Amino acid sequence: MRRIYVNEEWCLGCHLCEYYCAFAQTGGASMALALKDKQINPRIHIEDAEKYDSKGAEVHFAVSCRHCVEPYCVKGCITGALSIKDGVIQIDQEKCIGCYTCVLSCPYGCVAPADDGKVMQKCELCLNTTSGEPQCAKNCPNAAIVYEDRG
Amino acid sequence: MGVYDFFPEYEVVRNDTTCVNCRVCERQCANGVHSYHPEITPARLLADSTQCVDCQRCVLLCPTKSLKIVQSNNTYKLNNNWTKKEINEIITQASTGGVLLSSMGNPEPYPIYFDKITINASQVTNPSIDPLREPMETRVYLGSKPEKLTRGPDGKLQSNLGPHLALAMPMLFSAMSYGSISYNAHESLARASEELGIFYNTGEGGLHENFYRYGKNTIVQVASGRFGVHKDYLYAGAAIEIKMGQGAKPGIGGHLPGKKIVDDISRTRMTPEGSDAISPAPHHDIYSIEDLSQLVYSLKETTAYTKPVIVKIAAVHNVAAIASGIARSGADIIALDGFRGGTGAAPTRIRDNVGIPIELALAAVDTRLRQEGIRERVGIIAGGGIRSSADIVKAVALGADAVYLGTAALLALGCHLCRACQTGKCNWGIATQEPDLVKRLNPNVGYKRLVNLMRAWQHEIMEIMGGMGINSIESLKGNRLMLRGVGLNETELGVLGLKHAGE
Repeated sequence: MRRIYVNEEWCLGCHLCEYYCAFAQTGGASMALALKDKQINPRIHIEDAEKYDSKGAEVHFAVSCRHCVEPYCVKGCITGALSIKDGVIQIDQEKCIGCYTCVLSCPYGCVAPADDGKVMQKCELCLNTTSGEPQCAKNCPNAAIVYEDRG
Repeated sequence: MGVYDFFPEYEVVRNDTTCVNCRVCERQCANGVHSYHPEITPARLLADSTQCVDCQRCVLLCPTKSLKIVQSNNTYKLNNNWTKKEINEIITQASTGGVLLSSMGNPEPYPIYFDKITINASQVTNPSIDPLREPMETRVYLGSKPEKLTRGPDGKLQSNLGPHLALAMPMLFSAMSYGSISYNAHESLARASEELGIFYNTGEGGLHENFYRYGKNTIVQVASGRFGVHKDYLYAGAAIEIKMGQGAKPGIGGHLPGKKIVDDISRTRMTPEGSDAISPAPHHDIYSIEDLSQLVYSLKETTAYTKPVIVKIAAVHNVAAIASGIARSGADIIALDGFRGGTGAAPTRIRDNVGIPIELALAAVDTRLRQEGIRERVGIIAGGGIRSSADIVKAVALGADAVYLGTAALLALGCHLCRACQTGKCNWGIATQEPDLVKRLNPNVGYKRLVNLMRAWQHEIMEIMGGMGINSIESLKGNRLMLRGVGLNETELGVLGLKHAGE
């Protein structure tokens, strides 16, 4: 199955993935129209560590859902809002009651509240957006985020 | 900007209506052009055009295409003699008292002879060849070839062929040192060369220990500073190049600023960290062709005559006579570098005023070596201003065996010719040693782009050759009947050895 893989060796901390993610969720035709004067709440986050790697470069890396084979978030979900469909962990926001169990149980910090804070949101590989493929990977300028099948 | 500065020549223009304040421009500009101001309402990004080098990094990363960089229309009173460029250079030098520094190739409006030469094609009486259906050979062997074939008493051919470089296509990546360009740029060049079956060149920076495994696709350079030269290094490459001169700065040596000499680079160059690496203008042991010959044979002796030796010179006024000397010095290949060739740093006056165009130098050298009957003794590599596959075809027809590509390769890696390499703050991760900038060039991406470009040019070369009815690049070499000049005077046609179009 194709998943999103991130590689901090090439992550520049440009944060473009966050904007392309937020834009993809809006389903709009123009990023300027969709995101102008908006606070974005993307499903991918870049961590900017104040640390340096072995080559002396600043460390940045993308935090994005790994779509675990045995996900704690799905196990812990008390309403069945989280489910696995064809290997992709999806969330049904109609069923979500905002108990935050998934937020607490995800070891990678990849589930987070939606804008209103009452339901959760997470990466669904852009399958439910008009773009159809993960926009973070497609628009990463340095191939630090890739969408590929590694078995 | 003080009273003795000048208005920036390029201005950053932002469309505030579409800008979404994502701040990628601010994060990605090593020159600190962009700054974010939440203290004003609405919060905005502002740009300081005085720091902009027009590298296009922010323009291309901006997700809403809200940025562009334009040539400023701020103008001095128009004057055809004292142009804006001349005036600004004087202002700069009156402030700094220093030599003007520039990078990459000569940008001045000298004639580009490649653009005044056209290529022939077959019609009716001689068939053209379709490269998609018929074999088409772009393989080139670079090195010294026997002037005639001889047979032994048993009737068999006697082989007296020296070492050669086999190239899958008539292109090589030209010398760019580790130091002037980054580790990731070198890795991209090395991996692309291996995949393509061509060669890259270490330049005068030594060979990083991680790149010895690409040795069979590496040309190792020995220049006047002898930086990074030792026995293992000479053995590591497929050929050894003696750099006598560089097209961008004929007559002067190299200068790598101390701030670029960090850690690995210092170890690879075998020079102290933080101190400038200055290559002398001449080789202090070479003052004649005989001296050059000694170095050629020292290197051959060291490597047991297993590697061809290249001598690289800048294209200058007496280039034909100099090349004749080099061909007699024992060198296997001559590399000619025209005055459009790139550099990581050169004095502006030298870059813009010294040397001659590669087209004229190449034709003059090929003609002279033929006249003297020694053309087969050496291979010729032409570099310095090759911009496309059409230029390559024209260079080969003018007498080159292969071409050196430097600027074109950097463009494939992301360079936009902002010509600020000497600052060491390349936003594309190429001409820099700052770790945060170096990582911007992912060699996994970079090497593929180089491979794509070379394969595309190889296809185009095949198409052009097919049109001429030629199915092997060797049949095109020095075949000047396949070229015609357009709008050239008789002297120029004479040097190029071409007929005018219509003749």
